[in-house]
Amino acid sequence: MNLAIEVSGLQKSFGEIEAVRGVSFEVARGEVFGFLGPNGAGKTTTINMLCTLARPTGGSAYVAGHDVVHERDDVRRNIGLVFQDPTLDGYLTARQNLQLHAELYGVQSQLIEPRMQQVLEMVDLWDRRDGVVATFSGGMRRRLEIARGLMHSPRVLFLDEPTIGLDPQTRSSIWRYIRELQEAEEITIFMTTHYMDEAEFCDRIAIMDRGEIVVLDTPEALKASVGADRVRIQTDDDDAAIAALGERFDVEATVSEGAVTFFVPSGEEFVPRLFAELGLPIRSVSVSRPTLDDVFMTYTGSTIRDAESDSSAMRNQIMMRVMTGGGRR
Amino acid sequence: MTTATQVIRVSVPRRSWRSEARAIKIVWQREIVRFKSDKLRIVTSLVQPLLFLFVLGAGLNQLSRAGTHGVDLKTFIYPGILCISVMFTAMFSAASIVWDREFGFLREMMVAPIRRSSIVIGKCLGGATVAGFQGVIVLALAGLVHVPYTPVLLLGIFALQLLLAFTITAFGVMVAVRIKQMQSFMGVMQMIVMPMFFLSGALYPVAGLPAWLAVLNRIDPLTYAVDPMRRLVFQHLDISPAARLALDPGVTWWGWRLPALLEAGVILALGLVMLGIAVWEFNATE
Repeated sequence: MNLAIEVSGLQKSFGEIEAVRGVSFEVARGEVFGFLGPNGAGKTTTINMLCTLARPTGGSAYVAGHDVVHERDDVRRNIGLVFQDPTLDGYLTARQNLQLHAELYGVQSQLIEPRMQQVLEMVDLWDRRDGVVATFSGGMRRRLEIARGLMHSPRVLFLDEPTIGLDPQTRSSIWRYIRELQEAEEITIFMTTHYMDEAEFCDRIAIMDRGEIVVLDTPEALKASVGADRVRIQTDDDDAAIAALGERFDVEATVSEGAVTFFVPSGEEFVPRLFAELGLPIRSVSVSRPTLDDVFMTYTGSTIRDAESDSSAMRNQIMMRVMTGGGRR
Repeated sequence: MTTATQVIRVSVPRRSWRSEARAIKIVWQREIVRFKSDKLRIVTSLVQPLLFLFVLGAGLNQLSRAGTHGVDLKTFIYPGILCISVMFTAMFSAASIVWDREFGFLREMMVAPIRRSSIVIGKCLGGATVAGFQGVIVLALAGLVHVPYTPVLLLGIFALQLLLAFTITAFGVMVAVRIKQMQSFMGVMQMIVMPMFFLSGALYPVAGLPAWLAVLNRIDPLTYAVDPMRRLVFQHLDISPAARLALDPGVTWWGWRLPALLEAGVILALGLVMLGIAVWEFNATE
């Protein structure tokens, strides 16, 4: 068995809302696999199904060789989980939290202590083992959760937004642990994130949008597939600029994050032509090599931040509708 | 350092009755560890029962002297106080399941490769232990209300307290499983605990009640704990037969007085049924 995760046609709907619309992918053993997408794209729902916390409404998924629907316990024995929301007992010490986890998972008693030391040293919390969790900072708690997820030597570790809300320093140290872990324990890591710069650390990433995987490849291949530089210009009249770009250069431009944005094969050489031929005043211009942001934009038609404000606007609309009494005319 | 490269591997065994027993044990231990670290709770949950016993008991004693045939009202309501102190603590223990849900810890237990029933059983045993301990504190006050410290009496009451603690925790968990917020649970608890206390006969003899009250009294689980405790206490008191008849008439079903053992059986049976319902409900939540 060389596949850690095997998913085909996985679906989940909540009533009429299709949160996940038939996703398929495979994750090899030892891989660091990232799920990238805005909030509400269906990442957490997918992770919940793979962790046996939610029942799929269609399709199948195997984790560590076991069916997530029919062999729930076997899946659970082989996975570690770090949730987006904290799930530690704040009244207990770090040690007590790990002890409790080991007991729940039936870890061999004589191995609990050495394993605990190992995972706590990895996340630099061994010195704080007898500290009560309620006194820990957000970063320490997340590190402790990672240590706890590893307590029972899982074969696949699921991390749902492991670095959300953390300062840059803690974020980078969490990435260091993940890399160390992968080398030391031959563990497969499946994570979700909506930080583009973090997705670069993954071996492969799948971009998810509106319940579907729009593209799946290595970060390098994805960036190469965009194959173009991103040019952003500031003008006084964005609509006129977009029309002029279409007419004179045959490029399709959109407004994103307050600037007219488009892609051309070699940006530096394009800029002089742009000034000469556009016929509109340009206030500023910037050219950048493709990043994962561009990859995301190419495949989904919006930047991840725009997609998030869209989906939160939609959520607000739904909330408003619920609060004001549904389809009242 | 060579130890850094050496990975300690552990493995998770397949599910068995042993792994379930271990899970139950750790959930049970967690309740006790948390109770011990929360000294304030030990004190606060004693306030109300002691208020009833010493303030209400002493105050109303002036009024009721004629009806109690010379028995101190505090002595009479003492078994009821033993029961409610257990009940308050047990309900509070059950609340921890709502707490755990609200603060995320429940999820950690739900994804472990164990049966959900193990979580519920561990919680109920933990709540029973904690509430039993709380009951012992009130039991230690027996001398202050003219109840002798006889080993048989103390052991009998302690056994009944444990039984009641288990049943009430199961009841609380059954209610708590469906509730997502601590505040709502506190509200529901207020709505349930006080009526159960007032209907149980903790404060008055259960014979000669108006029909509607008698019916409500007989379906209140607490009745079946208060009565055998009172019977135990009164067996060890030196009082007139008239007082005995007036104050300890016993619980009757259609005129038949239930034996204490059957009453204990009723509590146990109720507890097991409610535990069953709690497990079933807990299994149904996603």
